[in-house]
Amino acid sequence: MSIELKNISKKFGEVAAVNNVSFSVNEGELMALLGPSGGGKTTVLRMIAGLEVPTGGDIFIRGQRVNDVSVQKRNIGFVFQSYALFKSMNVFKNIAFGLKIKKWKRADAKERVMELLKLFGLDGLEKRFPHQLSGGQRQRVAIARALAPKPTVLLLDEPFGAVDAKIRHELREWLVTLHQDLNVTTIFVTHDQEEAMEVSNRIVIFSKGNLEQIGTPREVYEQPENEFVARFVGVMNVLDTEVQGGVARIGGMQFAAPGQPDGARLRIGFRPYAVQISTNLNLFPYRAVLRHTFFLGIMLRLELELSSGLVLRSRVTKEEYAALGLEDGREVSIQIRNFRILARDTAGLPPEQEVIHQAPPTIAEHI
Amino acid sequence: MAGTVKRRLGAGHAKSQRGTEESLLVKWLLIGVALLFCLVFLLLPLLNVFAQAFSKGWSTYVGALTHPDSWAAIKLTLLVAAITVPLNVLFGLAAAWCIAKFEFRGKALLITLIDLPFSVSPVVAGLMFVVLFGAQGFFGPWLDEHGIKIIFAVPGIVLATIFVTFPFVARELIPVMQAAGNDQEQAALTLGANGWQTFCHVTLPSVKWGLIYGVILCNARAMGEYGAVSVVSGHIIGRTSTMPLQVEQLYQNANTAGAFAVASLLAMLALVTLAVKTILEWKQNREFALAQQATLAEGGDAPFLARQESK
Repeated sequence: MSIELKNISKKFGEVAAVNNVSFSVNEGELMALLGPSGGGKTTVLRMIAGLEVPTGGDIFIRGQRVNDVSVQKRNIGFVFQSYALFKSMNVFKNIAFGLKIKKWKRADAKERVMELLKLFGLDGLEKRFPHQLSGGQRQRVAIARALAPKPTVLLLDEPFGAVDAKIRHELREWLVTLHQDLNVTTIFVTHDQEEAMEVSNRIVIFSKGNLEQIGTPREVYEQPENEFVARFVGVMNVLDTEVQGGVARIGGMQFAAPGQPDGARLRIGFRPYAVQISTNLNLFPYRAVLRHTFFLGIMLRLELELSSGLVLRSRVTKEEYAALGLEDGREVSIQIRNFRILARDTAGLPPEQEVIHQAPPTIAEHI
Repeated sequence: MAGTVKRRLGAGHAKSQRGTEESLLVKWLLIGVALLFCLVFLLLPLLNVFAQAFSKGWSTYVGALTHPDSWAAIKLTLLVAAITVPLNVLFGLAAAWCIAKFEFRGKALLITLIDLPFSVSPVVAGLMFVVLFGAQGFFGPWLDEHGIKIIFAVPGIVLATIFVTFPFVARELIPVMQAAGNDQEQAALTLGANGWQTFCHVTLPSVKWGLIYGVILCNARAMGEYGAVSVVSGHIIGRTSTMPLQVEQLYQNANTAGAFAVASLLAMLALVTLAVKTILEWKQNREFALAQQATLAEGGDAPFLARQESK
């Protein structure tokens, strides 16, 4: 176990930024802390680093309790969102800084820096100053600098936030490769679900200072433990239904709800991939019209409208789309393969009407 | 003093540049006015100082400077600057640090206080110290009992000079430190550096230019201050007379050549300050321009990513 947090809390004055959070990170793991801004994920990262002191709970690094260990002694590598490169030092000196502080021999330090420069594709830039580098180069210098003294754990705060979108995808892949090569325990903070899903081994999801779920990308996507996770990670069709005779109903659709009393209100959710489509109008129970097709690379997102006016999202591959002979305006039959009950007794919850516009838009549609 | 001269030159220059949008007549008229102004009010008086200083020949000039009283004034001025500037550097760094890096109650008040010496007349500043430490002053009797002399002695001159030059270093550093933020210091901490190492290797270099500039201005003012020093010094020739006071004394005693000789030294200081400042700015601009060229020539991240893919 590389890192363990036990009942960690942090208050800034009266405001609770982190509430009673516990999780552990395995040696060599690549872990994402995911959540909307203000969720407490950066605070957690900074507490692991020692830049913030927890108000309650214990932090262990490789079995040693580090609550009272200063930042300097924790042997962590931290990459700041702004990179925080030393402006008055060139690339070489930036990367060598930690080695100099830790009193490495000059020759050893030089060898280590050169090795990192090569690994990070920065060779030839060692005399440059930070303001003479592109955004991507700066980021790589920041990671190289953090890794130079061979830290126990690498912590990255929104590592791709400051890089433009075009390069971001490629840098993600690069980070995964780098992690495989170096095998150093890595924790990074992101608010981008797609980034977390694509890069990490496991994801910890935060909301308002609480740990909502921890699991592999697949687990949090397929088995969200609560409504927040379900809606934050990936696109979800969400319907507010009312139970009659053990069946939850809305707009002509029916979902089995055995054991639920009549009149109970259930919020039901299902992923786009759970919506099965056929052009054989008698194959599946519901009729719908394909209103819009959105092209997302190899995947296509479909907007389906039921006769009751209910709008659902589905997703098919290009090949399936072609094989089915789909086109906008075509009438199809659909069925819902599986669904989850997100919440019971939705009377107190805000109404859920326009499914399409309420689901978060950015999740990797191709998962 | 040097600061004022330089700023006026700068303003005149900017005016003539903007004139390109106007008609030719207006443009030349404005340039002419600006040049004439500089010539009459800045260059001529300055040249006159040197002309007067050398009017009785080189030997008189050297003689006037090496006269024991003038020499004592030069030494005292250097001593005062040597005490004042380091103290104000220390204070300026501390004040700028806490203003730029921390949030606390009364921050606005502290910033206002730092500016106070700019808004208080130097003579008033001098009088404040007389009221505090003079024979009839608040601490006067106690100081007298213990045989400590502040007013009409070197400590008073140093105090008055520190007060007047108080804001220069802090004022230059605050915006630079605020712009730099806390990130670099935190990064140094995560890499194992202690507070002192962080300060020496990270904080100080990042405010280098602001600090040097502040020191230059502070030094120029410390050497050139007249009003506040005049009130507290007592004008004891050969003992508590600084260079500006000595110039005044010599002039009052109708020793024009001597007065201008010492004045020319002070003027030289102003010119050196101006030159050093210009060189620093030029160096900074050149660094920036080179950086820009290098970044443009580089072509961003594309080559790196291409190389990664080909691996």
